[in-house]
Amino acid sequence: MSDGPAIVVENLIKQFPGAARPVVDGCSFSVAPGELVVLLGPSGCGKTTLLKMVNRLYEPTAGRIIVNGVDAGQVPVAALRRQIGYVIQQTGLFPHMRIEDNIAVVPRLLRWPRARINDRIDELLALIGLPHDYRKRYPRQLSGGEQQRVGIARALAADPPVMLMDEPFGALDAITRTRLQDELLSLQSKVHKTILFVTHDVDEALRLADKVIVMRAGKLVQFDRPLKLLTRPADEFVTKLLSTGDPLRRLSLIEVGSIAAQLAHSSRGSGTAPCLKTTTDLRTALSLLLEGGEEQLPVVDEGGQIIGTLSFDTLRVAMQQLEQPVVDSHEQGR
Amino acid sequence: MTPTMEPIISSLKLKYLVTHFGDVLLRFREHLVMTLVALLIALLVAFPIGILVSRYRRLEGPIISALNLLYTIPSLALLVLFITIPFIGLGTDNAVVVLVIYAQIILVRNIVVGLKGVDPDVLEAARGMGMGSAQRLLQIELPLALPVIIAGIRIAAVTIIGIGIVAALVNAGGLGRLLFDGVSRNYPDMIVAGALGATALAGLTNVALRLVERRVALSVSGQD
Ligand SMILES: Nc1ncnc2c1ncn2[C@@H]1O[C@H](COP(=O)(O)OP(=O)(O)O)[C@@H](O)[C@H]1O
Ligand SMILES: [Mg+2]
Repeated sequence: MSDGPAIVVENLIKQFPGAARPVVDGCSFSVAPGELVVLLGPSGCGKTTLLKMVNRLYEPTAGRIIVNGVDAGQVPVAALRRQIGYVIQQTGLFPHMRIEDNIAVVPRLLRWPRARINDRIDELLALIGLPHDYRKRYPRQLSGGEQQRVGIARALAADPPVMLMDEPFGALDAITRTRLQDELLSLQSKVHKTILFVTHDVDEALRLADKVIVMRAGKLVQFDRPLKLLTRPADEFVTKLLSTGDPLRRLSLIEVGSIAAQLAHSSRGSGTAPCLKTTTDLRTALSLLLEGGEEQLPVVDEGGQIIGTLSFDTLRVAMQQLEQPVVDSHEQGR
Repeated sequence: MTPTMEPIISSLKLKYLVTHFGDVLLRFREHLVMTLVALLIALLVAFPIGILVSRYRRLEGPIISALNLLYTIPSLALLVLFITIPFIGLGTDNAVVVLVIYAQIILVRNIVVGLKGVDPDVLEAARGMGMGSAQRLLQIELPLALPVIIAGIRIAAVTIIGIGIVAALVNAGGLGRLLFDGVSRNYPDMIVAGALGATALAGLTNVALRLVERRVALSVSGQD
């Protein structure tokens, strides 16, 4: 593996035989190791097609994809795919195989020793929060959410540096979907994979992404951090697709900790009122303010120390500052 | 045999079956062996054809039509035709060749339908994980297609047993021998014995394979 980007996409074009115009039309971008990048765009804009060129389920018409410093087109296709985890919406679990055998597919292809595979299955079940006795079950005996967790575990089995996920939560009910999104984020904080994640759900994209690629009709329209997309949309299309003006959507992307300087200084608790954490987002903070009927809420750091209070005014100021030119410190060097 | 059974046996024309049970059993075994041999060879031929057709869809039309055409040739005509071919001639070989040909359309069609019926998402996942073509076929496609393939084997087996009766006309032995001999000797009890034997063989085969089919269907859908 190299120190450079985990994935580089260069002038990628895909035109299916007989189609009038390319489905993916000259996309270029690069993804740093450990980044979760979401491909966002309306249905049919070419997200799945782009994703499938990374593991060569489709061959590009033109352009290149470099995975971990190696041109994907130059590697034997089976070897390439075994180092790229792949998760799809319908899970694609093998119905005739037990959960343990589903998870073991790629390690077996890679001829891992039996004991190592066995340990890995246990480790992964623990990681995705499924009970040990699920090893012996069949996919049909699991709920949709559990099946998708297994799908993720199976993709992670041989510890691939790169993961491709195509609308993995698209078929789940809203509650399960939100829970799996949370689980993915917490999983990612442990495994630090380079993830390309396809969705057409704006909220999902903003929630999960380190950076978002907005696509329209096969073209990359904007590639930015979620907050930047809302505050500096590249064009009318992005503005409309993301409803960038929606104040609640904006608030949901800012953590209390990031506006620590604007908090009123106070060390008083407020009795029964809930405390905000530095990782709470401002939208949740607003809900809690409205819910409790308070004028302000205390904010505590990781140690439980009160570092200040947050009021409606704090939120108003935070919103106004978003209208100013944004300097995103994370943006440097990318 | 008790004297009270005598009138029943004779009125049901079961006399031959009772008095020559050993002979009937012999014909039954001949028929069973002929069926098994034909079925085994038919499967060895049908699997490559079925897999090829499912891989190259362009072949499907021509090959299925050709096999269908063979199936429509009257079995007696085909049996007699093969007598004229050197190395085949009269006997069990002749019958087996014909039975293998008749079974092809049933087996190939079910293999193709079974393979086609495998969930495309499952196949895409297998491809995306880096399984090769042979690995996908052996570990994913054939196991998932198995219930449909076994249904084909069941229908083919019953068909072979039926056509196998006619094969007695080219000296292939089997239960057909009893039927035809019964007719030429004007011996109804012999005909009944042959008919009952054939019915039992076909019926038992059908039931047994249907049980296997159910069991496999449950198992490959992960419900055992
Ligand atoms: N294998 C294919 N052959 C021909 N056209 C395809 C194929 N796959 C996708 N397309 C077309 O490409 C376009 C984009 O599809 P897709 O990449 O699946 O979009 P998205 O994932 O963004 O919804 C669609 O119009 C679709 O019909
Ligand atoms: Mg798609």
